[in-house]
Amino acid sequence: MENIGLLIDGFGHILSWNHILLMMVGVTLGILVGVLPGLGAPNGVSLLLPLTFSMDPISAIILLSCMYWGALFGGSTTSILFNIPGEPSSVATTFDGYPMAKGGQPSRALTLAFVSAGLGALAGVVMITLLSGWVAKFALKFSSPEYFAVYFLAFASFISMGAQSPFKTLVSMMLGFALASIGMDTISGNLRLTFDIPELIKGVSFLIAVMGLFGIGELLLTSEEGLRFEGIKARVKLAEIGRTLIEIPRYWLTIARSTIIGIWMGITPAGPTAASFMSYGVARRSARDKSLFGKGDPRGIVAPETADHSAGTSALLPMLALGVPGSATAAVMMGGLMIWGLTPGPMLFTDRPDFVWGLIASMYLGNVVAVFLVIATVPLYASILRVPFSIIGPIIVAVIFSGAYQVANSVSDIFLVIGFGLLGYVFKKLDYPLAPLVLAMVLGDKAEDAFRQSMLMSGGSLNIFWSNGLVSGLMALGLVLLLSPLAFWLIGTLRRRRHDVAPHGDGNAAA
Amino acid sequence: MKKSVSIACMIAAALGVAAPAAAFEPNRPVEFVVTAGPGGGTDIFARTIQAIIAKYELMKSPVVVTNKGSAGGAEGFVYTAGYKGDAHKLAFGTNNAYLLPVRAKVPYKAEDLTPVAALASDEFVLWVNGKADYATAADFVAKAKEGGLKIGGSQSKDVDQILTSMINDATGAKISYIPFKSGGEAAVQLAGEHIDANVNNPSENLGQWQADMVKPLCVFKSVKLSSEAKVAGDKGWGDIPTCKEAGIPIDNYSMPRTVWLPGGVEPDVVQFYADVLRKVSETPEWAKYLADTSQSPVYLSGEELKSAVEVDGAAVSEVLKREGWLAN
Repeated sequence: MENIGLLIDGFGHILSWNHILLMMVGVTLGILVGVLPGLGAPNGVSLLLPLTFSMDPISAIILLSCMYWGALFGGSTTSILFNIPGEPSSVATTFDGYPMAKGGQPSRALTLAFVSAGLGALAGVVMITLLSGWVAKFALKFSSPEYFAVYFLAFASFISMGAQSPFKTLVSMMLGFALASIGMDTISGNLRLTFDIPELIKGVSFLIAVMGLFGIGELLLTSEEGLRFEGIKARVKLAEIGRTLIEIPRYWLTIARSTIIGIWMGITPAGPTAASFMSYGVARRSARDKSLFGKGDPRGIVAPETADHSAGTSALLPMLALGVPGSATAAVMMGGLMIWGLTPGPMLFTDRPDFVWGLIASMYLGNVVAVFLVIATVPLYASILRVPFSIIGPIIVAVIFSGAYQVANSVSDIFLVIGFGLLGYVFKKLDYPLAPLVLAMVLGDKAEDAFRQSMLMSGGSLNIFWSNGLVSGLMALGLVLLLSPLAFWLIGTLRRRRHDVAPHGDGNAAA
Repeated sequence: MKKSVSIACMIAAALGVAAPAAAFEPNRPVEFVVTAGPGGGTDIFARTIQAIIAKYELMKSPVVVTNKGSAGGAEGFVYTAGYKGDAHKLAFGTNNAYLLPVRAKVPYKAEDLTPVAALASDEFVLWVNGKADYATAADFVAKAKEGGLKIGGSQSKDVDQILTSMINDATGAKISYIPFKSGGEAAVQLAGEHIDANVNNPSENLGQWQADMVKPLCVFKSVKLSSEAKVAGDKGWGDIPTCKEAGIPIDNYSMPRTVWLPGGVEPDVVQFYADVLRKVSETPEWAKYLADTSQSPVYLSGEELKSAVEVDGAAVSEVLKREGWLAN
């Protein structure tokens, strides 16, 4: 209850036209950097940071955090429209968002994504409001074994979702692990798989890989179908947006589950990318009718988007309460806090309640502003799809190449994107799944670091993963998720065999 | 405000006098290559300098900051070293500029970079959990001699692990080292009692110190820190004893914040940037930055800097050699 009083004070600090205007500016800029692949929220925020040095800390954080919200929303737009994730965390949105848009319902896909994202973010803020003190203490319980268990859980929930052959999934995942290990290894400090090529010492950026695998790969496939001069007959009607809004309550279960996953992954802090993948995996597993997943199932959009945003929002809490950034963007904002003369850490809540609760209040308002702004852009974005592919295709290639260059200002990344594009094309032609590769690239090196740190801590004993209730519980849950499809399959086959045996027996007797 | 204007005038006057002597003047945008990710210590170092240069108009050409922090900063140094003779690329780093090529097979050598200036020196403090029952560094060392204690730090075979090795060597302790991605992670691991100590820079642990989650035992410096301010309750940086008097015989260990040009640049280019950076180091904004991040003021350039780099490089290489971490 005390927190609610503080929150109302927070609203008192931020409710002015100046601040609302800053929010709108921040969100608009954020949508812009989110839509351009490669630019992304961390780069956008660090570009804007010098401008805030002369502002008071509350206005500055409002501007930056609203830019963050905007970028999170913008990142989903290109995933849905062009199969190019603008942010790493919106990769999972491409799985169903792009097929739905391609099928002629871009407005529905975008609206679903934006509204569920907004709901996810609001749930994250409500959690911060109510549980801030408890969460800060809980996050301290996490060390390397617990991190490894969380990553293991994310892998386990996602690993068996593919409809493809398990061996193809394995090949794809191993390739992802190999790509993730390029560059400098945190534990030994040595370079791995760089082959003395200077361009490789920075490792292979995850963004480069997804732009190539998804964006270029998709373009190659589309071009193969031949030159077409007509766009997708996308309906762009305001009524469509309204209809989708009414449709949303039907997915309350998916939304609730994804929110919990998102908040959990945001606090721990495994981050929004892991959250969106895990949430997609869980939604698909628990769906009774899986046939539409991957072909434009609305739950396949709602689940990753909700989790992405609730994780993105929750990730700001560890930053404020402990001084540990939960995401790259949070790291930049933390740098900002120091420059504005604030020390991120446990005392910030006590020393500067006006700042902390002003920020939390601005999260409520900022997200509402963001949802309205992005929904207003839906008709505009949706109509882009009506432009013929022969015109929009080359533009997308140009955007991807410039985005690839911007990731690290490196020309060699453009060639890497082309390489990944070819790989993506081959994968799709041979029916290999891309998702396991992407997941392994995102979480592979983190999981490896956590595992090896745990081994250093325990002196090489695996018992450290069962050393306390928290880590044991996480590992057990992971194992259950990993093995349950196998168990279901076994039970299923046994049952079928029993069913099969009976009629066959009769048949044989008759013969 | 008035004060800063008058300082700006003074600097402008100084620049006017110095201008005919310095032949070089950048004529296109200057790239500041930060050899760390956005938000880290090196990033704030470079961006603070960028802001001060812009405020006092110390350079006519605009400044562009890029982050190239992968592979422990090697990405940025390789990139900078690749622009041999280019007077418009400056790399910002720490002592990692000359340590990386010694400990890892990175595709550049320390000689491929020209030292310009060192502007600050970040200190190292031995921190333990706030609830730990060590009162002094000597207590900690006594426990550490029994073995089983863990120090966590940022990266592998870097400043934190080198210092841990030096503590072991100086006291006969058997402390193991767990590498994390950043000093921030090491700070939280210590607050959560997952590791026994860390050797973070003051600014990396300040927030946790204020909340009594961690406490400092000693600072690796020959004299106490000079800051008077009481930052955590009734304690301030100046109250932390030096490690030498507290029971760990290590005299001085600090990390310079350094600026580098590519190899093969003209001496007047080096002189130009060294002058600009000296002017930066004399501004009140710079003093505020040092105070906010609890770093010590240092300004080194020219021969002074070269010999400091040699001394530091040799001292640290000795540790790397003892541990068998030399890459070549």
